[in-house]
Order: sequence, then structure tokens, then C-alpha cells
Amino acid sequence: MTIIVPIKQVPETSNVRMDPETGTMIRAGAATVVNPLDLYAIETALRLREAHGGSVTVLSMGPPAALKAVKEAIAMGCDDGLLLSDRVFAGADTWATSYTLAAAVRRLGAFDLIVAGERATDGDTAQVGPGLAAWLDVPLATYVARIDTVADGRLSVQRLTEEGYQQLTLQLPALITVVKEIAAVRLPTLRGKKRARLSEVPVLTAADLDVDRACLGLRGSPTKVVRIERPKVARGGEMVSVNGQQGVTAAVDALLEFLRSRGLLEEVSS
Amino acid sequence: MSFVWTVAEQHEGRLKAVSFELLSRGRALADKLDTKLASLVIGAGVGQPGLRELIQRGADEVYHVADARLAHFVCETWSNILADLVRHYRPVVVLAAATSLGRTLMPHLAVKVHAGLTADCTELDIEPGSDNLLQTRPAIGGNIMATIKTPDHRPQMATVRPRSSVVLPRDPERLGRIIEVPVAEQLFESRVVVHGCRADVEDFVNLEEAEVVVAGGKGLKKGDNFALLRELAAELGAMVGASRDAVDRGWIGYPHQIGLSGKTISPRLYIAAGISGSIQHLAGIKTAETIVSINKDPDAPLHNVADFGIVGDLFDVVPELTRRLRRSKAVAS
Repeated sequence: MTIIVPIKQVPETSNVRMDPETGTMIRAGAATVVNPLDLYAIETALRLREAHGGSVTVLSMGPPAALKAVKEAIAMGCDDGLLLSDRVFAGADTWATSYTLAAAVRRLGAFDLIVAGERATDGDTAQVGPGLAAWLDVPLATYVARIDTVADGRLSVQRLTEEGYQQLTLQLPALITVVKEIAAVRLPTLRGKKRARLSEVPVLTAADLDVDRACLGLRGSPTKVVRIERPKVARGGEMVSVNGQQGVTAAVDALLEFLRSRGLLEEVSS
Repeated sequence: MSFVWTVAEQHEGRLKAVSFELLSRGRALADKLDTKLASLVIGAGVGQPGLRELIQRGADEVYHVADARLAHFVCETWSNILADLVRHYRPVVVLAAATSLGRTLMPHLAVKVHAGLTADCTELDIEPGSDNLLQTRPAIGGNIMATIKTPDHRPQMATVRPRSSVVLPRDPERLGRIIEVPVAEQLFESRVVVHGCRADVEDFVNLEEAEVVVAGGKGLKKGDNFALLRELAAELGAMVGASRDAVDRGWIGYPHQIGLSGKTISPRLYIAAGISGSIQHLAGIKTAETIVSINKDPDAPLHNVADFGIVGDLFDVVPELTRRLRRSKAVAS
């Protein structure tokens, strides 16, 4: 199988401290990582390659520093990578991003499957995967939690929805986005890291792609950010501390009283 | 015609609550724009009472695209049908729910009709003067609120976070038109076959639609202790959620996970027991109406965002809470 995995480099959030008043991340010193939800896409692609043969190409768009993310994916086991980096790509919304990625996928040639993460942890839109499927006009399954079979040019998957797992079969080539449940992610090996260090990752600009420049970056983005606010998240709620068994009763009394005052216990007390 | 549209959702012929939540959003926008509100129903089996309820709760028109082959969501087919309708009727705004369906369909459609799309909005308004739709959404794990507009493209599209709007009361006197829309054969996607929906999965939860959620984390110490939360949940009519820590330890299944790599929820009441409240977890619960935190660590970040916090051992507090709720029920009945 020829598999492509689009990934995004995002700010690292796991060790980021939070300003308790504004609820904002203290970004100083925050490193960048491969979007954590993209790791499940990489893992899924690697497992498919292990089972069915073929290759996994990782694709990213971002500043030159995003080369690090591509190399991390290669260290995990991806065969090769491609970075799209150009000032005109900057500020792209999900429409312009999926447009640009689609042009890069076409340049890569024929593929069987694109595996994307559910969404990126910074933008949090989950829109680039479905948008890319639309540009490429290939069948789409989002929120895939399980791959059942790959046979005869068809892929059978289960997608996690609000009502349960939807079971469907897609004709390849296709695009899926995967959720965390699909697989536990492997760590890069020493050998993989060495291979990543030595690998040459091509960096393409807009001139290398068959694109309409008016559709790229900030200029090509239908949506415009008007303003950014930092909401205050501290609610300044009531706090009670428990001391001894009497304390437990008193604390639960206070909680029940609070819930009643907000009308949250009507159903159970009537 | 420049109407405001909402995309209704149904499951097995029953309209989902988000369909009505979208109408209250759409009604407010249509009134500000002095235009009409239409709701689109794609599927099979939604009867006349359901379609009428859409009108009674705010819609002026309902476009009903019914076909037995539309029983299950297939993104390409839905997107083809909507793109066709959008090109024909030229709505000014299209709203869908930020659900697994809406968040799949809308970005696909946005590419097809070259529209701007904003994900998971919690506030929508009309900019005075320009009549542009102002779309406000949490980003970077809810740490910022971004307001976005689409000045040069129509329709303006947004997905709206479920449970972020109050359903309008049903007005049985409200009148509107129900329009049956035929589906052209070529709009059906032939490369995708849906076999059905497996809902018999052990312990499956639909946390996104829950009114009350009781969740546990690392503080539960072992998976068996989720039994304490299940007992409390039974008394509150709640569903059980979990932090990433608890899911990663294999204590409970992934559908229960709340936070950045799990579900985003907005219940009326969220009770967290033994969850410290990482930045990723908070991203999933910030729009809960009331947050209660039970944790023996007074410095747990979740206490900061809670409306009510108990600094105490969950193994004392949770069983006592369950017992008291059970007793008050017994007294009342």
C-alpha cells in the first residue's frame, strides 16, 4: 500500500503551565512537537505497511523548523517525508491548507490511502482531513477507531460516532482520520533516529506545486480572525475542606445545598 | 434567497436535540438579518410530526430530502446533496452541529462550494453594518476565544458546539412550509457502503449529549473503583466519564475519555472525582454549566475552575454523596 500521512507541528502542551487567572498557556519555553493526535495516524500507517507492504510518506506544511516534525515521523518508521514551506503558505485557514496539501499529494503521485489525525491540538478544527478528501475526491471516513479488513482494493473500518461504531467499507484510494483508540503509539528507535538524521527531506515551495497563488495562505483563506480574547476560566467557586467523618457529612451537606440552589437536584428529589 | 440554514441531524428517524438547538441559533441570526430560517433534513424515516416540530421550534421552511438509501450518513452523498441545494438556493449562513456528522460534512462541503467554515462555535452574532456572521470559538485547548468572520464568501458556514444553546419552546401555532426535495441519482456516492451502526458495544456512552456527567481520574487508584462513580451516576441519572490518565491505564474504555484527545462536553452538571485537571482535561469541560471537583489535593487545578470544590478524599465523599441522594429519593417516594 502506498500511504500518505499529513501531519502538523504544534506547540507542546503537556508540560505547559497555565496562568490561573486568565487560563492561558504560559508559552515561554514551550517546545514544538508532532501534533499528538497525528501520532495515531503514523502508527496506523506503519501497521498497515507491516501487514500489507508498501511505503509510508509523511507530509507537512509549516515553517522551515517543521522539518523536525517530519524527521520525528521518519524516526518512528515512515519511509520518507516532504515539507511544504513558503511564506505565501503562512496564515492559511483549513480551506487553504487542505487546498495546498491536495496539490502536494497530487505531486506525490498515485496513492492507496491517506491517514490523518482526528484534529490538531492547537487549531482543534478537525477540518483539514475532510477538506483534503473533498479536494482529492476520494472516499472519506472520519473518527476511525478500528480497521477491520483491507482486501480487493477496499478498506473496512469502524468510525466512532455519538451513537456507536458505524461500520463502513471504502473503495481505495481513500482518506481516513483516526482517533486515539485505534492503536498504541510506538516510540522512535535509535536506528530510526539515525535514519531520520541522515535522510534528505525535500522542501517544496509554491513554485513547485500546481496551485493558484490566490488560493494560498492568508490571502486564499475565506475565514479571517477578527479578534482573540483570553477568557477568564477561574470561576471562583465555593470551596469546602473535609476534616474527619463529620467533615464529610458537612461537606456533602454543603454540596447538596449548592446543587439545589442551582436547580440541579430537582429531578432526583421530586 | 439569502436564508439562514441549519442542518438537522437524525438517528434512526428521530431528530436529535442538536437539530433544535441549531434552530434557536439560526432564529436569532435570521431575525437580525431580517430573513427566513430554513432547516434541512436529510435521511429516511423522519415523519411529519418531526418536520413540524422543526417549524414549531423556529424554522420558517423545512427542506426534506428523504430516501431509504439515506438512512446512514455517507459524507460524500450528504455533501453532494447539500452542495446542490446551496448552489440553487444560495443561503447566506449554513449552521450544523459540531458532532461527528457535522464536523465531517461541513469541511467537505466548504471545499465544494468554496465557503469559509468555522469549527465548534460557542457564540454567533451578526456584525452591525456589514451583516457578516461573527463566529466565536475556543482554540488552543480553550485557552483563547477567537472571533472569526468570512467577509467575501457565501455561504458563511459554522459548526456549533452541542448543548451550547437553549432550545426554543414549542409553539404549536407557528406555521411554515415543508418542502419535499427529490434526490438526483448521480448524487449518491457509490464508493462507500455503510453496513450499520454497532451500538451493542459494552459500556458505550454518548457523553456529548449527557445532562450530567460524573468522571474519575488517577485518584480512583484502580479500575474497579469506577464502581463508586457508577453508583453515584445511577442516582444522578448521569453518564460516566474519565480523564486520559484513567483511560490510558486501561481502567475504562476510550469512548469515556474527556479532554483534548477525547470528548468535549457541555453538560448541565459535571462532577470530577480524583481528577487533577490538566490543561488538556480542562479543554474538554470548560463549557460545562456547573463544575464540581472532589479532590484531596487543595492545589488541584480543577478546583480553580470549579463552581464548587471539596478538598477531601473521594473514597469518603463519593459514597456519602451517593448514600444521601439515595436516601432523599427514598424519602420523597
